[in-house]
Amino acid sequence: MAMEAVEIERLIKEALPDASVEIRDLAGDNNHYAATVISNSFKGKSRVQQHQMVYAALKGQMGGVLHALALQTGTPEG
Amino acid sequence: MSIQDFIKNEVTSNDVVLFMKGTPQFPQCGFSGQVVQILDYVGAPYKGINVLDSAELRQGIKDFASWPTIPQLYVKGEFVGGADIVREMFQSGELQTFLSEKGVSVGARA
Repeated sequence: MAMEAVEIERLIKEALPDASVEIRDLAGDNNHYAATVISNSFKGKSRVQQHQMVYAALKGQMGGVLHALALQTGTPEG
Repeated sequence: MSIQDFIKNEVTSNDVVLFMKGTPQFPQCGFSGQVVQILDYVGAPYKGINVLDSAELRQGIKDFASWPTIPQLYVKGEFVGGADIVREMFQSGELQTFLSEKGVSVGARA
């Protein structure tokens, strides 16, 4: 039950092409990551909505194959 | 009562509800434990519901908020977020303001 960081980044960028994605591996077990995702498509969205957009990009892997992804999201202006 | 009705009832009849893994006394997941610590620190009374008690609840809560992970925090029936969002709100002081605005008594920490 694990997921490679590059795979997470690829999926996020597939759904949010303009996103800048920075992924930190928290535990070295391909299962606990922190990710910072910056994209214009978050503009006007609440934090919950922004995170839901990232979870949707991960096509159901979140909470299943991928146990923990500590998310920070924002728009380019912050 | 369907699981969705159960959840709906819990979040509307309790001001603050935390769906978590384990109990406030014995959190069984780091993220759930983090939110418990934050709520205890800000002194907000809340009801902890252990999703590990039932697989149906564990899946049902994810469908309810279309949110794939546990814990999930609800205030006055509104989904606030998971561990990341609650921690972010706490660190910026937004959580305390949010709770006060929603009329949730926030105990002064000594």
